[in-house]
Amino acid sequence: MSIILDHVDYVYGGDTALAVHALKDVNLVFPDGQFIGLIGHTGSGKSTLVQHLNGLIKPTGGTIYYNGEDIHAEDYDKKKLRSKVGLVFQYPEHQLFEIDVFSDVCFGPKNLGLSRQETELRAYAALKQVGLEDEYFYQSPFDLSGGQKRRVAIAGVLAMKPDVLILDEPTAGLDPKGRDEILDQIAKLKEETGITVVLVSHSMEDVAKYVERIIVMNRGSVMFDDTPKEVFRHYHELEEVGLAAPQVTYIMQALRGKGMPVAADATTIGEAKREILRALGR
Amino acid sequence: MLRDITLGQYYQTESVIHKLDPRVKLVATICFIISLFVVKSWVGYVAAAAFLAVMIKLSNVPFKYMVKGMKAIVFILLITVVFNLFLTPGETLVAVWKLRITREGLELAVMMAVRLSFLIVGSSVMTLTTTPNSLTDGMEKLMKPLKLFKVPVHEVAMMMSIALRFIPILLEETDKIMKAQIARGADFESGNLVRKAKAMVPLLVPLFISAFRRANDLAMAMEARCYRGGEHRTKMKPLKYAARDRVAYGVLAAYFALCIVIRIYL
Repeated sequence: MSIILDHVDYVYGGDTALAVHALKDVNLVFPDGQFIGLIGHTGSGKSTLVQHLNGLIKPTGGTIYYNGEDIHAEDYDKKKLRSKVGLVFQYPEHQLFEIDVFSDVCFGPKNLGLSRQETELRAYAALKQVGLEDEYFYQSPFDLSGGQKRRVAIAGVLAMKPDVLILDEPTAGLDPKGRDEILDQIAKLKEETGITVVLVSHSMEDVAKYVERIIVMNRGSVMFDDTPKEVFRHYHELEEVGLAAPQVTYIMQALRGKGMPVAADATTIGEAKREILRALGR
Repeated sequence: MLRDITLGQYYQTESVIHKLDPRVKLVATICFIISLFVVKSWVGYVAAAAFLAVMIKLSNVPFKYMVKGMKAIVFILLITVVFNLFLTPGETLVAVWKLRITREGLELAVMMAVRLSFLIVGSSVMTLTTTPNSLTDGMEKLMKPLKLFKVPVHEVAMMMSIALRFIPILLEETDKIMKAQIARGADFESGNLVRKAKAMVPLLVPLFISAFRRANDLAMAMEARCYRGGEHRTKMKPLKYAARDRVAYGVLAAYFALCIVIRIYL
């Protein structure tokens, strides 16, 4: 049970002079149950990549396998794939359309052809998973705050009970509190259900805090694919492509430069704290 | 998906035609269209074809691009030709059952086809060589006299340029919302007409909301920069006729005069 990308190429704008090579020979494996971070500069091909994972974009070269089956084969059921690989777009609150929150979340499971009871059970469970209070269920989604709308939209995808959940910049435009809440809920969901989560993000702090593996994209190619510690060890190269390591990594580097005997590869504040206390002998 | 739609697209390149004042191009296009209806003989069409060919050559836009615009009207062209071919009374050339092709019909059909295709190619020379912004600029300036009749010329021009500006944005937005709903299992393709229409709701509602939101934001941003319509408004790059524009008007006048002469004497 996994997604495999085999020599995937994608070119925008086909045969015109404006053709853009968005993905170049991408080979990746997304095994079950991993929490993966996908980072990259604007225009590095992250969003294009995630749209390949549920078959929204057909690669111009190479093959994508879900559970061992070629998803662009003639007889492959794409609708089923999309229920198994849930994709939450950037600013997902812009796709809300129903008259109330609950019906909007029901849209996904209803499209899967589930019974009304099952649909509503799933919608209820999904709204609970994103931490939305019952009082909002029968309000118009357009009357909610930005953070609440985002939760509703994420619930809309969760209600399809995907095995793989992909979130394209789920925290863009949210305040720090809203951001932490949403990410914490996703982490909790991941722990409880054991689904695969792919988190596309700009924020190195977010990625370092939650994920167990980081894929770095640069100009359509995979630049690094490793654990956060290993990836952030290359912070010089990351800076060259317009990215950076988490700020604590820089602090630890600086402390080490000043002669403090700390390991410089801490990527979260918790780790850094333990490391400094250890170095201070407490 | 939807990004392939081309609508009055501008083709970026360097050419004399690109550099002309948009007013000249607007007037020239209108004159050219009128000239197509002024001339009635084959000599006239040869003159029009020659004029058009020179313009295309000067514009540096590949001919392939011009023809692309033709694809959209092939159907209309076909209908015109068929109707004229069979329904014009006159000297019979070929008769099949009740349908008769007459000499007059044949002539008229070919003439209409030539006229229509010249019309489309002629106006696409203008849209391909003029950015939407300078086009509306030119229109505003040309329509200025209408102000005397209380026509809100500036406002109309502003609305036009905003509308043009929003086309690519809304197309992109449509593409995005469509994909997002497909990711939630929506199906825009299968089913009968009623089902298809119903399937559009999850696309149209967010699209309208987004259009209103953008319009609202734009209005706010314009007001924040003290926009209050056309009164006393100056331009950063006011349109000014250069020597080449006068030459172009001269050429245009000569062409138009020629067409009238052809109409009268040939």
